[in-house]
Amino acid sequence: MREPAAPAGAWEPVIGLEVHVQLATASKIFCGCATAYGAPPNTQICPICLGYPGALPVLNAGAVELAARAALALGCEVHPRSIFARKHYFYPDLPKGYQISQYDRPLATGGALAIRLDDGSAKSIGITRVHLEEDAGKSTHGADGTRVDFNRCGLPLIEVVSEPDLASPREAFLYLSALKRSLEYLAVSDCNMEEGSLRCDANVSLRPRGESRLGTKTEVKNVNSFRYVEAALAFEIERQAAILERGEAVVHETLLWDAGRGEARAMRSKELSHDYRYFPEPDLEPLDLDAAWLAEIREGLPEGPAARADRFVEAYGLPEYDAGVLTATRPLADWFEAAAAAFDDPKEVSNWVMGEVLRLANERGETVALAPEPRPLAPAALAQLLALKAAGTISGSVAKEVLAEMVETGTGAAEIVRERGLAQVSDAAALAAEVDAVIAAHPGEVAAFRGGKQGLIGFFMGQVMKRTGGQANPQLVNALLRQKLAG
Amino acid sequence: MRHAPRTAVELAAAVRAGNATAAEAVGEAFLRIRQADSLHAFLSLREEAAREEAAAVDRRIAAGEGDELLLAGVPVAVKDNIAVAGGPTTCGSRLLQHYVSPFDATAIAQLRAAGAIVVGKTNLDEFAMGSSTENSAFGPTRNPHDPTRVAGGSSGGSVAAVAAGCVPLGLGSETGGSVRQPAAFCGAVGVKPTYGRVSRFGLVAFGSSLDQIGTIGATVDDAALLLSVVAGPDPKDATSATEPVGDLAAGLEEADPAGLRIGWPAEYFGAGLEPAILAACEAARDRLADAGAEIVDVSLPHSPYGIAVYYTVAIAEASSNLARYDGVRYGHRATAADLTSMYLKTRAAFGAELKRRIMLGTYVLSAGYYEAFYGKGTAVRARIRGDFERAFERVDAILSPTTPTPAFPIGEKADDPLAMYLNDVYTVSANLAGIPAISLPWGRTPATADRPALPIGIQLMGPDFSERRLFEVGRFLERESPDA
Repeated sequence: MREPAAPAGAWEPVIGLEVHVQLATASKIFCGCATAYGAPPNTQICPICLGYPGALPVLNAGAVELAARAALALGCEVHPRSIFARKHYFYPDLPKGYQISQYDRPLATGGALAIRLDDGSAKSIGITRVHLEEDAGKSTHGADGTRVDFNRCGLPLIEVVSEPDLASPREAFLYLSALKRSLEYLAVSDCNMEEGSLRCDANVSLRPRGESRLGTKTEVKNVNSFRYVEAALAFEIERQAAILERGEAVVHETLLWDAGRGEARAMRSKELSHDYRYFPEPDLEPLDLDAAWLAEIREGLPEGPAARADRFVEAYGLPEYDAGVLTATRPLADWFEAAAAAFDDPKEVSNWVMGEVLRLANERGETVALAPEPRPLAPAALAQLLALKAAGTISGSVAKEVLAEMVETGTGAAEIVRERGLAQVSDAAALAAEVDAVIAAHPGEVAAFRGGKQGLIGFFMGQVMKRTGGQANPQLVNALLRQKLAG
Repeated sequence: MRHAPRTAVELAAAVRAGNATAAEAVGEAFLRIRQADSLHAFLSLREEAAREEAAAVDRRIAAGEGDELLLAGVPVAVKDNIAVAGGPTTCGSRLLQHYVSPFDATAIAQLRAAGAIVVGKTNLDEFAMGSSTENSAFGPTRNPHDPTRVAGGSSGGSVAAVAAGCVPLGLGSETGGSVRQPAAFCGAVGVKPTYGRVSRFGLVAFGSSLDQIGTIGATVDDAALLLSVVAGPDPKDATSATEPVGDLAAGLEEADPAGLRIGWPAEYFGAGLEPAILAACEAARDRLADAGAEIVDVSLPHSPYGIAVYYTVAIAEASSNLARYDGVRYGHRATAADLTSMYLKTRAAFGAELKRRIMLGTYVLSAGYYEAFYGKGTAVRARIRGDFERAFERVDAILSPTTPTPAFPIGEKADDPLAMYLNDVYTVSANLAGIPAISLPWGRTPATADRPALPIGIQLMGPDFSERRLFEVGRFLERESPDA
C-alpha cells in the first residue's frame, strides 16, 4: 500500500468512514421479497418495493434484531425509540422518490471498535451512529442506455458511521477489517464485498499536524474493496496535500473512485447537491424497542473476535499470533475449538490448523477450515490423526500425507494408516536387524562416523528408512544406530 | 323486475334471504348509473366483472353459504384512488390514466369477502387534492341536487353516486374532509373513521398521516354497516389500529341520547357560517337537549390554526408521496432525450393544483424552512389534538356544522385556492387530531331567486374509536331531522 508521499507529512489526515452493511435476512426490510444474491434481474420484486400506488411498507422484525445485535456488539446505546425518515431524491433506481432511512433519531449512537495497529498497540475508533435503511436498486450504465435491477431495492441495510478517528489509509483498512470480522462473527451480515453486501464511503480532510480544527473534507463514494479504500484515501490525501501546499482551498465535494485509473473524480459539489428534505416516515410507527428484549439480545451476543483471541491465549496457552490467526473468522475459530476439545495439546492443534489444514483449505479454494461439502474435514478427524502421531504409530511426515488423503477422500486417519500399512515399525528386534544390515553394507561411512563425523547419523537414518519404506519409528532407529555405531 | 330495496341493510338481508339476487341489484345499479350519467360520478365501470361477481355471490347463497355475507349483493361505488385489482386506479390524474392496479386494497378485499360488488370507480379531485372534484383531470362531478353546482370533494364521485341513488354505498377517502364535505353538499351520510381504523393499504397516498378511507351511505345504518366491513387491523398497514372493532352497526336505532354530554364548540360558529346552517345545528342541538342530552359549551382554541396547519402538513406529505410518479415504472411517461427532461415532461402532466401543492410542500420541507413550517405545523397539530382530548374529558361527542356554506357553483372558486381551502375549515381538525367524525344531512337552505334549496350537513366528532357512539347519536338525529 501507498502511504501519502511527502509533503503530506506536514499534514495530518482525518478520516471517517460510512459503511453500509446488508443484513442477512431472508426477506427485504419492508416487504416479503427474497434477498438471495444473483437472481435474474427484477425477479425479486413486488408492488411494495417498487413503490406502486397504494402500497405500504411493513418493517421486517428480523432486520431490527440483526441491526440491534450489530449496534450492541459495537458498544452503542440502542435507543428505546428511533424514527424512520424519508430521504428524497429523484433517480430511476429509487422507486418511491425517497429512501426510507433514519435521520435525527437513529437506532443507536455512541459506540467504539478496537483495532490493532501494525506496531501491536490498540486504538479505539468511535462509532457515531448505526441506523437502519433500505437499499436502492442497481443501475447499470451501458452503451444502449441504463438498465435498472430492482432486486436490490428494499434490501435491509445498516449504515455504520465512524467518528473521524482514523489517521491514515492503513488505519481505515484495519478498521474495515475489524468491522467486517465483528459483523461476520455476529452473523449479522455475510459481508460479501463482491456481492455488494458491504460498501464504504470515506470522508477525509487534512489539517496541519498539531492543529485540532478540522479542514474541509471530501467524500469518496462507494468504494467496493478494502484495498481500494486504502488506495483511494492515499490518492485523496496526496491530492488534498498538493492543493494545500499550493496555498489553495480544498473544495467540499463528492468524489467517485475509479479503480481502473487509480484516481478519484469529482461527482458533484455539495453546494449543488440535493436537499434531501428529510421528514418522519408517516407510514411507519416509531420503532420502540423494549428494554427487556434488548437485554436478551445483549445476553445472546456471541463472543467477539477480540475477546475470543484473548481467551485463546488464556485458556489454551497459545501465542497471540496463533490466537489472531485462529479467530480470523468465526467458523475457523469454532473449528479449532472443536479440534482442541478432542485432542489435548492445543498448541499442536494450532500448528496443524494454521499449517496443513489452512494450506489444504486454500489449495481447495475454501475460505474456512474445510467446512464445506463435499468432503468436510471434521475437527474430530484431525484429533484422531494427531493421536496416531502422538502414539508414535505414524511420523509427522506420514501424518501430513494421511491428512491430504483424508481431505481428498473423506476417509478417517486410522483407516488410511491401516489400509496403506503406514504404521511405523517399532519392533526393536526387527529394526535392529535392519540397522545391522546397513552398518554391514557401509563400512567406509561407519569408520568415518567413528572417526568423528557425527553428522553421518542422518545418512544411516536415511538408509534404514529406505530399507523400511519409511515406516521405521525414527526415534527407535536413532537410538539403535547410536548404540550399535558406538559399539 | 322486483322493486329493489332502498338501503344496503335491506338489500343485503333480502339477498341473503333469497328475496332478491345480487344479479338484480347489480343490474339495477347499472341502469341507474346510466340514468345519472350526466353527473359524471363514475370514471370507469366494471360491468362485466361486477355481473360475474354477483353471479358468484348468488351461487354461494343458493348453496347455503351466504349467511355471513354482511353486504350480500350490495353494489358499491369506489373512489378511484382505492386500488381494485385488474382495473384502472387513475386517481383522477393523467399520470395514472392507463395504470392498472395489480392488487386489491385491503378494504376492497374485505368488501369482496362480505359479498359486496364493486360496480365502478368514481371521480375525484386529482390524487384527492381538492374540495369540489373540479380538479379531476377528467372533468367535474355535478351535484345531484343542482347540476350547476359542485358535488364537493374530493370524494365527489362516490358521494354523488350514493346521493343520486345509483348505489346504496360508496367508499371515499378523507385527508381533510373529503368524504364529509361532499356528503354535506349532496345530502348523504359521510364517515371519517379514527386514523388507523381502516387499512390504508391500497389507498393511494396523499397525506399519509391524515389519510383514511371513509364510508358513504344514504342512511347512518348503511354507512355504519359499510364501516363495520372495512374496519379492522391489517398486517399490511403498519399504522392500522389493533383496537377491536366491536359491533358498529347493529341496533343503532335503540340508542337513547338521554344523559349524553354533547359539546357545542364556540369556535365553529363564528363569522362565515351561513345562517341556515347555524340554524340547522341549533335545531339538532335542541332535539338532543329535548331527548335528555346535556349540551356543554366546549372550547377548541387552536381551531383557527387548523387550515394553516392542515395545508402545511398535508402538502408536505403530498410532495413526498407524489415523487414516485416519475414515469419510470408505471403510468404516464413522456418521451424525452434524457432523464431530467423525461422527469420534467412526465410530471408536467400533473394539474395546476397538484403542481401548486408539490411546490409548496417541497418548500416547507426544505433545509432552512423545515422548522418554521413543517416543524411548527406538527407542533400546532399536537395542540389541536390536545384541545380535543381536553374537550372529550367533558363531553361524549361534539356537534358542529360540516361546511360553512352549501354546495357552490361549478367554477366559482376554481381560481381562488384560498377560498376553496376555507371550505375545509370545520373538517380538517378531525383529520389533524386523528379522531372520528361523521356528517349527516339536516334539512336544506331556503330556496332563493338565484339558488335552489340545498342540503345542509351537520357534523359529529368523537374521541378515538367512538364511531359507534357517533352512529348512535347520528341515528337519533336522522330520525329527528327535517328530512325524515
